[in-house]
Amino acid sequence: MNYNWNWKIFWDAHPEGSGTYMSSLVAGLGWTLATALLAWIIALALGSLVGTMRTTPKLWMVRLGNAYVELFRNIPLLVQMFLWFFVMPELLPDRLGDWVKQMPNSPFVTSVICLGFFTSARVAEQVKAGIGSLPRGQTMAGTALGLTLPQTYRYVVLPQAFRIILPPLTSEFLNIIKNSAVALTIGLVELTSRARSMQEFSFQVFEAFTAATIIYIIVNIIVVNLMRLLEKKVAVPGLIAGGSMSAGH
Amino acid sequence: MFANFDFNVIERSWRYLFFDGMAFTLELTVMAMLGGIIVGTLLALCRLSSFKPVSMLAGGYVNLVRSIPLVLVIFWFYFLVPYIGAWVIGAKEPVKVGAFSSCLITFIMFEACYYCEIMRAGIQSVSRGQVSASYALGLNYWQTMGYVVLPQAFRNMTPVLLTQTVVLFQDVSLVYVLSITDFVGAASKVAQRDGRLVEMYLFVALVYSLLCYALSNLVAKLQKRIAIIR
Repeated sequence: MNYNWNWKIFWDAHPEGSGTYMSSLVAGLGWTLATALLAWIIALALGSLVGTMRTTPKLWMVRLGNAYVELFRNIPLLVQMFLWFFVMPELLPDRLGDWVKQMPNSPFVTSVICLGFFTSARVAEQVKAGIGSLPRGQTMAGTALGLTLPQTYRYVVLPQAFRIILPPLTSEFLNIIKNSAVALTIGLVELTSRARSMQEFSFQVFEAFTAATIIYIIVNIIVVNLMRLLEKKVAVPGLIAGGSMSAGH
Repeated sequence: MFANFDFNVIERSWRYLFFDGMAFTLELTVMAMLGGIIVGTLLALCRLSSFKPVSMLAGGYVNLVRSIPLVLVIFWFYFLVPYIGAWVIGAKEPVKVGAFSSCLITFIMFEACYYCEIMRAGIQSVSRGQVSASYALGLNYWQTMGYVVLPQAFRNMTPVLLTQTVVLFQDVSLVYVLSITDFVGAASKVAQRDGRLVEMYLFVALVYSLLCYALSNLVAKLQKRIAIIR
């Protein structure tokens, strides 16, 4: 096979922009992490809300929550990106739509919103499963003590449910980092798209993709270890394996 | 709200969308599912092997692919497959591989990692007594796996395997990054040619959500039917 390996390519200047190929990849990593973290905040907030709604005794809340999850789970992420980016501004009133279209950094804002909503449906699924795995007696005891339903959720159900679902939430967080690569289709210059542009300019295909792969793996390992620390920190002694639960996979 | 929109564009292009685009998507989904389940099951057997190098190699591959984005995997294989092909047949130049075969290999090798984890859980859900019993009856490793363990593992895991296939069906849309005419690719070509992005993408979203909703309901029904009462 005649492929010319050139690992020094990372320190060559990038034809577009100021720095080297390496600095362009690192900047891409920055966009990936910024997108994933901001989207994660939306996903966690909305997902917890919708997931909780689906376990309440109110039928309309359950139905609304189910419809929400079905909506965001049954459309491919790529199509959702296009809907938020191309379709949404057209359906808004004219002036608001124009403002959205002229917004600086609109790929970034759009992909944060899109990934946030997309992942919130998955988080809602986990939250629902976590609440469902608690003994029914917990809610009953809460209400028997005179707590209102919101208080029962706030002080009894949710603190336990979140501890149970920490490992699946870790995988969802890893997923949101990976899924942010789909945003390259609407022009977000994140890590994968930087690797792709490096490949196009330098023709060093495998070096570029190897670098991106290694960066993704390092991020993965860091996240998994941080979440393990968090699991240990919030574990209730004597409950749910006391924090010895392994993450994900 | 929809006053300025022209939904006739769907009527004009639906043949192209379904016979070119959706046909590609479905063909790729079904073939990648079959290939992925076969390769995934082999990977799962390797991961569970008591021979350390094999289980570490399979585990390393699965964890590697599972930790990088699908888009990056698609790019990797798009450039890698011609070199692997050249290596396999001993050619000097990278071989030319068609768009469909390139995508098919990508999705088989990618989804195999996810099917592998499902099959691993399925194999581990079969009780050890079954394995001991078949060894006691004089079956060898392949007979034990083929006649005793895998049939039970498949039965336990069919709903999960099918749910993963619905995910695969949605993932196929990402071949868009290689400008291939799958369902989304076809729609986006028409959308850009006619300047009808809103109508086309809404239609695509509608078709996907109806199909995926129907498929996941089918899987749920199937799950109830094949569940073994213990």
